[in-house]
Amino acid sequence: MSAAGALDPVRPRRRHSVREILGRSDYAIISELIEPDSRVLDLGCGDGALLAWLAENKRVDARGVEIDGEKVKRAIAQGVSVYQGDINEALADYPDQCFDYIILSQTLQETRQPLHVLREMLRVGRRAVVAFPNFGHWSVRLAMLFFGRAPKTRLFPYEWYDSPNIHFLSIDDFELLIARERVTAERAYFLAGHRTVRALPNLLAEVAVYLLRR
Amino acid sequence: MTGKAVIFHPETHFVRFESLALDCGAALAPVDVAYQAYGQLNAARSNAILILHAFSGDAHAAGVDPKTGKPGWWDSMIGPGRAFDTDQYYVVCSNVLGGCRGTTGPSSINPATGQPYAMTFPVITIGDMVRLQKMLVDHLGIERLLAVAGGSMGGMQALEWAVSYPDRVAGVIPIAATARHSAQQIAFNEVGRQAIIADPDWNEGNYYGTGRKPARGLAVARMVGHITYMSDTSMREKFGRRLRAKDKYGYDFSAEFEVESYLRYRGSEFVNRFDANSYLYITKAMDYFDLTNGSHSLAGVFDGVQARFLVLSFTSDWLYPSYQSQEIVRALRSRNLDVAYCELPSAYGHDAFLVEVDEQADLVRGFLARTLRMQAAA
Repeated sequence: MSAAGALDPVRPRRRHSVREILGRSDYAIISELIEPDSRVLDLGCGDGALLAWLAENKRVDARGVEIDGEKVKRAIAQGVSVYQGDINEALADYPDQCFDYIILSQTLQETRQPLHVLREMLRVGRRAVVAFPNFGHWSVRLAMLFFGRAPKTRLFPYEWYDSPNIHFLSIDDFELLIARERVTAERAYFLAGHRTVRALPNLLAEVAVYLLRR
Repeated sequence: MTGKAVIFHPETHFVRFESLALDCGAALAPVDVAYQAYGQLNAARSNAILILHAFSGDAHAAGVDPKTGKPGWWDSMIGPGRAFDTDQYYVVCSNVLGGCRGTTGPSSINPATGQPYAMTFPVITIGDMVRLQKMLVDHLGIERLLAVAGGSMGGMQALEWAVSYPDRVAGVIPIAATARHSAQQIAFNEVGRQAIIADPDWNEGNYYGTGRKPARGLAVARMVGHITYMSDTSMREKFGRRLRAKDKYGYDFSAEFEVESYLRYRGSEFVNRFDANSYLYITKAMDYFDLTNGSHSLAGVFDGVQARFLVLSFTSDWLYPSYQSQEIVRALRSRNLDVAYCELPSAYGHDAFLVEVDEQADLVRGFLARTLRMQAAA
């Protein structure tokens, strides 16, 4: 790998930690979850930073879907196979179980039909990795209780009228859904900033990361 | 990535093959191929890229022609430090079968008669062009191409390569291309062909050596072509309603508008460098192009294909619209093939693949670097 790496002028020489590169705690968790040499599809992959890291450090066959053309260009320029398109449409084209992991990081709440996306992820992938912001977090509850307005917190920094988030779910909501769908959560991680939350995740966690399978 | 401006003067090489079997059932014997090559083939012969030219292109893709002083048709993309970096890669481009720039075509001499083939030249296909390119690649001792790349008809050849020779190519870059010519694309080609055929100087294709050629018909064909290569926006920006060398209407049929004068100039210029019969044969080859062979299932065509793909299209290209590229991408996805795709913003229409260098360069560079790494790791 290192000999091949020397041929590549695009790749940075120094090894950065995943947190340093990605600056996102859910990415750090996901990067640890993914088994080496696996096949990964990242839905809403942005500029492909996570995929590039996985390809470089875990020899993952990394693919991505992203709607924003500028981000797609940056991803392809660093050698990541990303295509510009819509998540729903992209999943529909794939045969069953052709990836080891389908990643949906902080995007479930932005999809028009989250349940459909979840089902499709578990059709196309043997496992799904889903990370989402927890609407049940105490800061959101307090803001709602005291100000009586749509949440605008560190977790949900947008005004209601220009937020990409169109579905608001809590960790408990998600648990109920996967139980009803008979989806198994192999692992779940609850995060507040870069810390792991041990107790009362629905109240204390800002972000949840689930590893799911049928 | 070095920005050095190295001017190089490439030579055109020629190689002759004994015979080439064609899709129509006929065979051509012998066949000459004109090609240029830039950069160095490495010891492992693993860094070769075949560039595939569009309808009216030729082998001179990069560098400055020592005789004419003209740069190659994709010179801004190919060279030291450029997207197809000749410091790293060995880049080859050949004139297509049926062409008129060194490779055997209807203007070549038929050895059986001692006369130019003219309309006795067999009808050719994109598949035939690619079969001849593969003979060239074999001749150059290249086991597996790192990539095949081209825009428009070049992109169609790239797709044909991936499907016909799946074990001979690692990366495929079809730009502003399609998996099958649409009714609209066939229609524009037919207008061009009819313009040539309607010219009395075409003379059933037998104009070689007569001192006459169907210059009017070929120029009109090229004018139509140029309209389809631009966009409404690019024409408005480039010409608007501006008049040429006057500020009042002359109430006559001279080339008054800038756009008229531009098209006439392009048309007459084309006549000096292109053969009318080549126009007929090559446009027909494009029209026959259908990767599915009429089976309607594009996805099935990619069974057994191993290459990775970088597919690019441009927002304002209405001749080869993005939906055609997206159709290719969807089919590749359904076979779980490794494909990157981006619809690049441009106002230049179909011409974008030739002029939008900055938009394409980093994508091509990243794709090639990754393909090289994967090939080295395999």
